[in-house]
Amino acid sequence: MSAVMKSPVDRPGLNRRQFITRVGALGGLVLIAGAADVVKAEEARKYGVDSMPHGWSDNPLAFVAIGEDGIVTIVVHRSEMGQGVRTGMPLIVADELEADWSKVRVAQAPADEQKFGNQDTDGSRSTRHFFEPMRRCGAAARVMLEQAAAASWGVPVGEVHALNHEVLHRASGRKLGYGALARAAAQLPVPPRESLRLKEPARFRYIGKGRTHLADGGDIVAGRAHYGIDTRLDGMLYAVVARSPVLGGKVVHYDATEALKMAGVVKILEIQVNVPSARFHPMNGVAVVATDTWIAIKARNALKVQWDDGPHGAYDSKAYRAELEQAARKPGQVLREVGDVDGAMSRAARKVEAEYYLPHLAHATMEPPAAVARIVDGRCEVWAAVQAPQVTREDVAKHLGLPFENVTVHVTLLGGGFGRKSKPDFAIEAALLSQRLGGKPVKVTWTREDDLHNDYLHTVSVEHLQAGLDAGGKPVAWLHRSVAPSIVSLFGPDPKHEAPFEQGMGLINLPYDIPNLRIENPEAVAHTRIGWFRSVSNIPHAFAVQSFVAELAAGARRDHRDYLLELIGPPRLIDPTALKDSWNYTESPQRYPVDTGRLRRVIETATRQAGWGRKLPKGRGLGLAAHYSFVSYTAAVVEVEIGSKGELAIPRVDIAFDCGPQVNPDRIRSQLEGAVVMGVSLASLGEITFKNGRVEQDNFHQYQVTRIDAAPREIRVHLLPSSDWSVPLGGVGEPGLPPIAPALCNAIFAATGQRIRQLPIRDQLASGGSEAAGR
Amino acid sequence: MDLSVNETKMQVTAADDTPLLWVLRDHLGMTGTKFGCGMALCGACTVLLDGQPTRSCMMPISSVAGKKITTIEGVGATPAGRAVQDAWLTLDVPQCGYCQAGQIMSAAALLRSNSRPSDADIDAAMTGNICRCGTYPRIRAAIKTAAGKLGATK
Repeated sequence: MSAVMKSPVDRPGLNRRQFITRVGALGGLVLIAGAADVVKAEEARKYGVDSMPHGWSDNPLAFVAIGEDGIVTIVVHRSEMGQGVRTGMPLIVADELEADWSKVRVAQAPADEQKFGNQDTDGSRSTRHFFEPMRRCGAAARVMLEQAAAASWGVPVGEVHALNHEVLHRASGRKLGYGALARAAAQLPVPPRESLRLKEPARFRYIGKGRTHLADGGDIVAGRAHYGIDTRLDGMLYAVVARSPVLGGKVVHYDATEALKMAGVVKILEIQVNVPSARFHPMNGVAVVATDTWIAIKARNALKVQWDDGPHGAYDSKAYRAELEQAARKPGQVLREVGDVDGAMSRAARKVEAEYYLPHLAHATMEPPAAVARIVDGRCEVWAAVQAPQVTREDVAKHLGLPFENVTVHVTLLGGGFGRKSKPDFAIEAALLSQRLGGKPVKVTWTREDDLHNDYLHTVSVEHLQAGLDAGGKPVAWLHRSVAPSIVSLFGPDPKHEAPFEQGMGLINLPYDIPNLRIENPEAVAHTRIGWFRSVSNIPHAFAVQSFVAELAAGARRDHRDYLLELIGPPRLIDPTALKDSWNYTESPQRYPVDTGRLRRVIETATRQAGWGRKLPKGRGLGLAAHYSFVSYTAAVVEVEIGSKGELAIPRVDIAFDCGPQVNPDRIRSQLEGAVVMGVSLASLGEITFKNGRVEQDNFHQYQVTRIDAAPREIRVHLLPSSDWSVPLGGVGEPGLPPIAPALCNAIFAATGQRIRQLPIRDQLASGGSEAAGR
Repeated sequence: MDLSVNETKMQVTAADDTPLLWVLRDHLGMTGTKFGCGMALCGACTVLLDGQPTRSCMMPISSVAGKKITTIEGVGATPAGRAVQDAWLTLDVPQCGYCQAGQIMSAAALLRSNSRPSDADIDAAMTGNICRCGTYPRIRAAIKTAAGKLGATK
């Protein structure tokens, strides 16, 4: 079940945890695997959930409990951060179990991958990795109930069947409820996996139906829902920390005189974590422990800390952008080459070049990082809103010097995740402080300023594109240079290059029909903590490619949709490894080929539904973008209205989506609605900048996000119908995001003729802007 | 200090400058009201003071004496609050849910003073409440649903 890695070089499919272990062991060299190595090791490769640490479990004894009152409790082992997993996973189990949804309760698993299988809630893969295990889990529990009923009646199990919370014996008309059967069923052995008969999809009760409301809806609207920041324990103290404003910075000296004068301040503690790489370690700093959060905040603000900034104290976003641009204008490491780009470029009828800039982004989850920890008799308990419970448990144990078994991590609801809460630095802080306080319960709360100053930011990038066009305006040569600091820089020596999982997010795996093509990746050095942000490197790659294609279409005076479809070429299945993408979101290239037919269909659907080509009044325009990510297909058409002073309004967005079969269609819709809003937000407003190594934005007045008045007035989600449950599932949480920013900027071009090549858009429309990428 | 929270008298001991938010959360254990920014920029901490939507993260406890405080835990006792909560459930508005307490408080206050809000009214009343998950289209729809229900019962 768990993934064993054989060869040290061939893990392009590394998931986050293997990746970290591996990078730790091998000094960060592992990710630049040659294609030959990948092919050699292909037979040993495991894919999907089998490639994840601790794989999967389908054991009903781990996931299902049935009370004598008939209440069925289903354990969810993935973290709920708004994607609906606490509704979606139980409904899969409940369906195969033939449970009545009104009698289903949901419980959250603590960190325990040996028992539950992998718990890293990231990569848009909870449902696609656990759909089958959860079905088997429900089916096995159903069989146990049927066996118990058959035994009690003394009839063959083949004569009984479960239906809506009861087991029936049709011949005699007898029936028994699940509550009455619970005790006897629990004594039975779990039936062998191979013996299980799963439902025919036509008999699904909840899967694909949209009849299930949110598991936590009632608690949320009444203020009863429990997030990480809501944990309260008897005798709990409250901590707020002054952290190094610069990556790798250290405390030289601090003066707590003023802070200690404040009533309610209990203790001032220095946190020293001098480690070679940032990983998920807390940052160095000084913690104030007090009797309530407000006192802790005030006292923290009264600390006078002198910092040694270390090597990143000069990080400056303006200068760094210039560095990235310089790198992007020279050849870099070649990731993929087809044909003869230089030759074709020199022979081309016309050459086009464009450069795009995308800044750092902060996750800014509405619930800032917060965690509670206490230690009793050498056992530590942590309550935290984390996407990676097992990693949290492992890291807390290491930092405290406790055995792994002596640490318990209770997973609360997450008030937003978006990748931020995959990094448990804040939970480790709580544990370390509790240890220093003799095990007392302590809650660490990050203020919004802390969150923005010390996030694991989305990367920053310059994307440089060149195309050589034939007389008809079609590309015969294509060069894409992507320059961006890598997430791998967290875990060891900075590789200065994008890792295979970053390349595989829409850079290397361009599925277009272009005869001569080269993808390059010049060096970029990281000067801050770079982290996973919803859809990750797809954001810059999709923005650049989808903007550039629109620019080429406009230059050729062609309809953008027709031009894009022509570039994609005819419907065909492409082996991702043929695109030099050895990662493919950890999925098997055979099971999950890149299907240009599906990519075409979402484009055709979105444009048809949006009324592509319709006549629009002055100042209005439609923009299109499409992208393959997380083994799903998305296309969006954004309609904009630009006012006379450059005011941007978005009357409508049509988004078409193909993720294969849909387990919980309403949550897919809500994820896409959310992705559209987040895409609009990052495109129009999102930017984190550095000066003197420090983040310049303190709170939401400076790091702005889209509010209701600027959000698209109407978002129309078009799910491509899929009734064929043999098609493997695609991801949902992230793939809605990448096409939004380019579709928006393409719409602005359609409305105004102004091309946006740097994000955020912010006031570029008011100034009338220029086509130049420079500021 | 004496407070009136959700029609109940409560006593707290806290420094005068302590924002109502932290009194609710840390002293009274009422964690439904959320911390989001501490600068009245995001609306997660919205409560009603004598029916008016107020950001509790910047409201010192010394200024709320004698006022009626309504929080998410108590807003369901008002017709507008109840209608908003019901509409939120009907349309499955929440994603992560963290900002929704503040959204619901702002929406309830809007419907209390304006039974048929236009889109512009909704923008004006709700623009102080950030949702990072992007539930805005459903929030707008749910406010209209709740308004319809409230109108029908009048």
